[in-house]
Amino acid sequence: MSLGIILLVHTAFGRAEQVARHWAASGCPLVIHVDRTVPRKTYTAFERALSDLPDVRFARRHRCEWGTWGLVAATQGAAEIMLDQFADVRHVYLASGSCLPLRPVQELIDYLAKRPHTDFIESVTIADVPWAIGGLDEERFTLRFPFSWRRNRSLFDKYVALQRLVGFKRRIPKGLLPHMGSQWWCLTRQTLSAILQDPARTTHDRYFSKVWIPDESYFQTLARQYSRQIESRSLTLSKFDYQGRPHIFYDDHLQLLRRSDCFVARKIWPFADRLYQAFLTDSAGAMKRTEPNPGKIDRIFAKAVERRTRGRPGLYMQSRFPVEGRENGLTCSPYSVFEGFSELFENFEPWLSRVTGMRVHGHLFAPERAEFSEGQPVMNGALSNSAALRDYNPRAFLASLIWNTRGERQCFQFGPRDRIETIAWDIAKDPNAQISVISGAWAVPLFQSNANFSDLRREAARLQQIESKHLDVLRSFWTRARVRIWSMAEFIEAPMEPLQTIIDEIGQPAQRGLTEAPRMVDLTGFGQFLQNLKNQGMHPYLMGDFPVEPGLNEPQQSKRKPYLVR
Amino acid sequence: MGVWQSYRMRLRRKRVKIRAFRKHFSLRPVVDRTEKIRSGDVLLFSTLRDEHIRLPFFLRYYRDLGISHFLIVDNDSTDGGAEYLAAQEDVSLWHTKASYKGARFGVDWLNWLQQKYGHGHWTLVVDADEFFIYPFCDTRPIRALTDWLDSSQVRSFGAMLLDMYPKGRIDAVPYQAGQDPMEIAAWFDPGNYMIRKNKSYGNLWIQGGPRARVFFPDNPQKAPALNKTPLVRWDRRYAYESSTHMILPRGLNLTYDAWGGEKTSGILLHAKFLDTFSAKAAEELIRRQHYSASLEYKAYERVVRHNPELWCKWSERYINWRQLEILGLMSKGNWA
Repeated sequence: MSLGIILLVHTAFGRAEQVARHWAASGCPLVIHVDRTVPRKTYTAFERALSDLPDVRFARRHRCEWGTWGLVAATQGAAEIMLDQFADVRHVYLASGSCLPLRPVQELIDYLAKRPHTDFIESVTIADVPWAIGGLDEERFTLRFPFSWRRNRSLFDKYVALQRLVGFKRRIPKGLLPHMGSQWWCLTRQTLSAILQDPARTTHDRYFSKVWIPDESYFQTLARQYSRQIESRSLTLSKFDYQGRPHIFYDDHLQLLRRSDCFVARKIWPFADRLYQAFLTDSAGAMKRTEPNPGKIDRIFAKAVERRTRGRPGLYMQSRFPVEGRENGLTCSPYSVFEGFSELFENFEPWLSRVTGMRVHGHLFAPERAEFSEGQPVMNGALSNSAALRDYNPRAFLASLIWNTRGERQCFQFGPRDRIETIAWDIAKDPNAQISVISGAWAVPLFQSNANFSDLRREAARLQQIESKHLDVLRSFWTRARVRIWSMAEFIEAPMEPLQTIIDEIGQPAQRGLTEAPRMVDLTGFGQFLQNLKNQGMHPYLMGDFPVEPGLNEPQQSKRKPYLVR
Repeated sequence: MGVWQSYRMRLRRKRVKIRAFRKHFSLRPVVDRTEKIRSGDVLLFSTLRDEHIRLPFFLRYYRDLGISHFLIVDNDSTDGGAEYLAAQEDVSLWHTKASYKGARFGVDWLNWLQQKYGHGHWTLVVDADEFFIYPFCDTRPIRALTDWLDSSQVRSFGAMLLDMYPKGRIDAVPYQAGQDPMEIAAWFDPGNYMIRKNKSYGNLWIQGGPRARVFFPDNPQKAPALNKTPLVRWDRRYAYESSTHMILPRGLNLTYDAWGGEKTSGILLHAKFLDTFSAKAAEELIRRQHYSASLEYKAYERVVRHNPELWCKWSERYINWRQLEILGLMSKGNWA
């Protein structure tokens, strides 16, 4: 008999009894503390249920509210009984009623017997602790906390603010360096008795009783004073969520817990029958004398915290709807937006999808309908091409499209003829967007069309105005997309260079340069067309300078051969 | 939110409570087994009419989840469903002939029953064609969820309505009593939902899915709402405002995270589109007891007559909750 257990119980007494019997069956004496808020009837029933066990004592009851001194007082009282009445106990293990021993108790006893002078207590200086709840780390040792954080949050916060305002600071007793750590420890008789019989204990107790969450710092700090050898880790596997509440284990964690090789786990859902059944039937089972290895469990719970605090970028759903600026990306993965390319090149879309293997859509925001690739009426995720549905919530439309096609890069055409005002800002502010613009290319379809010139002129003026506003958006301070803008004149001088840049940036499995150029529309007479617009009093400027005489600035027929860029 | 608005919301809540009180006189208890309710039980509340064929599976499904007691309002069923329910040991049944619409689609009746029997319990409010899914529902009973919500000090749990439909014509495969409706209506739209925030109530307003895609492609404002908060740790002061889409006090509507994280959420599988649907739609058109003069049903009628297929190439076949969580329709949040 060398291991004594202190059990703190406040609920699920049936399970607590089971666990107590399990400990006792391996010869461990127990001192049990039951929360004072538990009704007397329940308490006496529990006491009576365990009355057949010889080595079980009950400690004086304290009110144990989370984060208050009561928990420490309860532990102290129980520890004194343990040290007084069970002289052969060498290690004292602090556990709760919802802790579950995962390995045979004898293994734990052997493990401790091999380390007779080691204290297992997580104890870290406050400077190194990242898990401060409520934004308090050092201050939990220097302020006073008379109000409950759980029940009286606003008073708690206000009182903290007040103390900060007036610059109040408590003095930490001489010689103490505050440490924090998990409240579930296993200390040697030597260390524990030194803490409890310290001549300065009243000073310590008085000080810590006003500290916030003393159960995570009292023993952790004082053990540093007396321990011969501290292993700063807890033997109890216990994971916390982002608000500092312990994660709970259920039946489906059985395999995970088995593989963890930890001695004790906390906290177990009281109705997890399979867990209790599996671990409390002390079938000396697979005796693996290995070190605890909670790595996999760590990962699962770390992922849960990450999901709760940061979520999946680019996902909008019923329980994740970030305010503007907190999206962590409007969309979930990079995509490309082309403006003016399908106007300037006859076969731009098929060419692009052939060269890059991306999913190439037409004008997704066209006024008539969303032009999905291959003219599909419905896209991934059962996204409809209805313009009304799309315009009802364009942001949701775009975010859904990119989310639904995770793993396949999307690109689409965009331009002043589209419902550009509904979505332009969202795209511009999205770091996932790669936007390439040939400004003024909207004039090409007008140039090719067979409409009356006065209509063309009006349409040109309208489109130019829209695009110029759009370019202001793209050049604005808030734009976070990767934006490239060429005027049309600039672009057609050497079209392959910009195309190569764009495609390199998309980063598809690299070809050795583009071997095939898209076919540019015949621009013979385009300069004259622009001049006609000017003659009608409209000033087309976004496309850059096109001379009126043919041939000077237009790509020549001979240039249309396949173009190699090395 | 200003003081004035808070006060208005308070008045609105009081008004809803008064309505519930007025409407409760039309409820007549058929069998009252509520003395069997124990503290800690999770209770299910529902209003239904002529759903006999669905009841055997409905009850089995929720018993398996761990629902302890069913409190059901029968709105004058004529198909023998009431007698069937009255014979179940874990059902308390009320009967009414009053107007479903007059009781704001049953909300008033249930608000009353919840106030009376739900106080201090976790209560689940669902229709007979809605099946509640939550993370780990295949391995953990609903009590595990509610205990965890309790320990996290969360009072309400969101579950979006996910419309399920069959492949092929809606009426192609007849549904048999006791059958899992998801065997027939196995498909759903995985990613065409639109969300905006309701500023005054704080809840999200979600639309989309097959009903928006097929029935309302030209009139999306009218598409039905899919956001729901069906699971609440009830307090007698609470009240559902409009179906289970909105609840007062407003804090209970905050089942989503606004700072980039994901809260834990579930799904209500909505097995509405079975062969029983056409008959129901026709009947509802005559009764006009549904939302905005059964506008939804008018739209259904129109479309269903011509093209009764909701399935499309990108529909997804339902497997389990993990699939829905990967698709981003629900989330484990920090429950692991």
